[in-house]
Amino acid sequence: MSIEVSALERFAPGRGKALLRKVSLDVPDSAFVALVGPSGAGKTTLLRAIAGLDPYQAGTVSLDGQVMEDVSARAGQVGFVFQNYALFPHMTAARNIAFGLDVLPAARRPTRARINERVRELLELMQIPDLGGAYPARLSGGQRQRVALARALATGPRVLLLDEPFGALDPIVRRSIRSWLRELHDRLGLTTILVTHDQEEALDVADRIVVMQDGQIVQDASPVDLDSSPATEFVMEFLGEAVSFPGIVGAGRMVLDDPLVLPFSVPDSVADGPAVAMIRPYEIQLVPAQPGQNAPLRAVPRGARNGYRHYVLNCAGHDGIPFFLPQDGADHALEGAALDISRARLFRNGLACL
Amino acid sequence: MMRYGLWVATWLFILVVLVAPPAMVLSEALKDGLGAALATLSDPDGQSAIWLTLRVTVVSVAINTLFGVLAAWLLACFRFRGRQALLVLLELPLSISPVVSGLVWLLLFGAQGWFGPLLERWNIHIAFAVPGIILATLFVTLPYVVRTLLPVMELQGRHAEEAAVLAGANFWQVLWHVTLPGVRGALLSGVLLTTARSLGEFGAVSVVSGHIPGETETMPLHIENLYNGYQSVAAFTMAALLGVMAMGAVLLRSAPEWIARLREKKA
Repeated sequence: MSIEVSALERFAPGRGKALLRKVSLDVPDSAFVALVGPSGAGKTTLLRAIAGLDPYQAGTVSLDGQVMEDVSARAGQVGFVFQNYALFPHMTAARNIAFGLDVLPAARRPTRARINERVRELLELMQIPDLGGAYPARLSGGQRQRVALARALATGPRVLLLDEPFGALDPIVRRSIRSWLRELHDRLGLTTILVTHDQEEALDVADRIVVMQDGQIVQDASPVDLDSSPATEFVMEFLGEAVSFPGIVGAGRMVLDDPLVLPFSVPDSVADGPAVAMIRPYEIQLVPAQPGQNAPLRAVPRGARNGYRHYVLNCAGHDGIPFFLPQDGADHALEGAALDISRARLFRNGLACL
Repeated sequence: MMRYGLWVATWLFILVVLVAPPAMVLSEALKDGLGAALATLSDPDGQSAIWLTLRVTVVSVAINTLFGVLAAWLLACFRFRGRQALLVLLELPLSISPVVSGLVWLLLFGAQGWFGPLLERWNIHIAFAVPGIILATLFVTLPYVVRTLLPVMELQGRHAEEAAVLAGANFWQVLWHVTLPGVRGALLSGVLLTTARSLGEFGAVSVVSGHIPGETETMPLHIENLYNGYQSVAAFTMAALLGVMAMGAVLLRSAPEWIARLREKKA
């Protein structure tokens, strides 16, 4: 089921601060989209607006081309999983899951036996077949998450909205439930929107990443495009550790203020003038010292992790550049070397130079 | 040593201030023996007072529970203009003297009140009649359900209710299957506090009741009447009965805990 959000605006009640500023988003059928961004960017606000849980002052939300008026129009069509699971504490897991079927008007409600059968199926699907009789208080975080997911799926919605669903889980459970969720999405043919503040999680599980900042969508792209051409400095920094080097573009070359960093050529489309080159630490290369280089590069070892030796590089104009070398690779002459950052992306006034 | 001293002081205080008065009431009631005490209860005016008190209590508790649940839900779930004012108003019956709350009803519905003559024409009696007693009791006991529910509902948050709405539940289904079961402990507590207070309300009821024995005398008013008439055994017997009823209501508050503990022992 496709989701179209167009020019959605929401203001905080009372003070009138804009929470969503004309947000538009198209999610095609069976896509898996991750909404990422810092706290307060409006990710959860957007998700709740799509679910119809919060009112919005302008714009529309449509499912399969049909404009949704209020939350009751979406009931049963949209599954929502809350960060804290929001299970009903006084009901067993099975009754929690069956809730959406139990509250159907008698004419449309399946028989007791059919409901129980459906619950059994869902418990099986969630890989917790024996937990139907347990109360939420007795379940672990991962199990509660699965019950919440089963409850959201019970009425057979085509859209699944997940609000930081893995926030409270430990890292190991997190990773396994993440890939399992992706499989579930593919198997059931769902259209899923996942809100997370963990960019790694988003890159791992989603086909498309939507980055939000200050109530607006900053970039909407596939994980690969997002990594290769982030739209703003903020996106570049948000998606992972980044180092910036200021410099000046002229005659097709970026010349950096720091003499220890080699100039590199840039596409003709980039206009001359000051710019900032940003690069991921693992993309930085070391090259032998250049003739005439007199400022020394000093490298401070910072231990080794995951097969890489970590260093912090300090040079004249720039301190604390993280740098990695393969642990079993040849020993590089770190002292006196220069830096090659030709894989950097260029930004001017915060925006990418194309 | 300090802790022991505190323990003794606490118990001493409780014994003198809380336990002694009911014990005195009971011993006064039984000073001529249990038979004499029970005999006083067969007085028709006394029995009428007991029934009136029970009726007033049932009606007040029912209305204030319904109102309290809806008001607490409204206050917990929504931020609206005048919410703060409403919260302050809800405290009013707790802070205002019950005599004043009784007088308000006289002012409105008494023979010289704003609506009194109008109602008189239609032969509707509120002041110095049972409806007035119920109104006065409603006013005095209004805050208890709201005040006990509100913090628990706020703590519980809205997510479970929202999940229920998205699953397709309507307003009453959400209230009945999700909201109320989540706060049942607090609800029971509020209902029983309302009950205890309704049973014992004296001031407000005294102003509007008119003290007609056998008609508009509730148990507390009847007790005063008996005592002033030097019928001390009857007065204290009635007082003991009222005390036992109120205490029963308060003790019931801890019933869920006992049941849970019993179950745990068995398990």
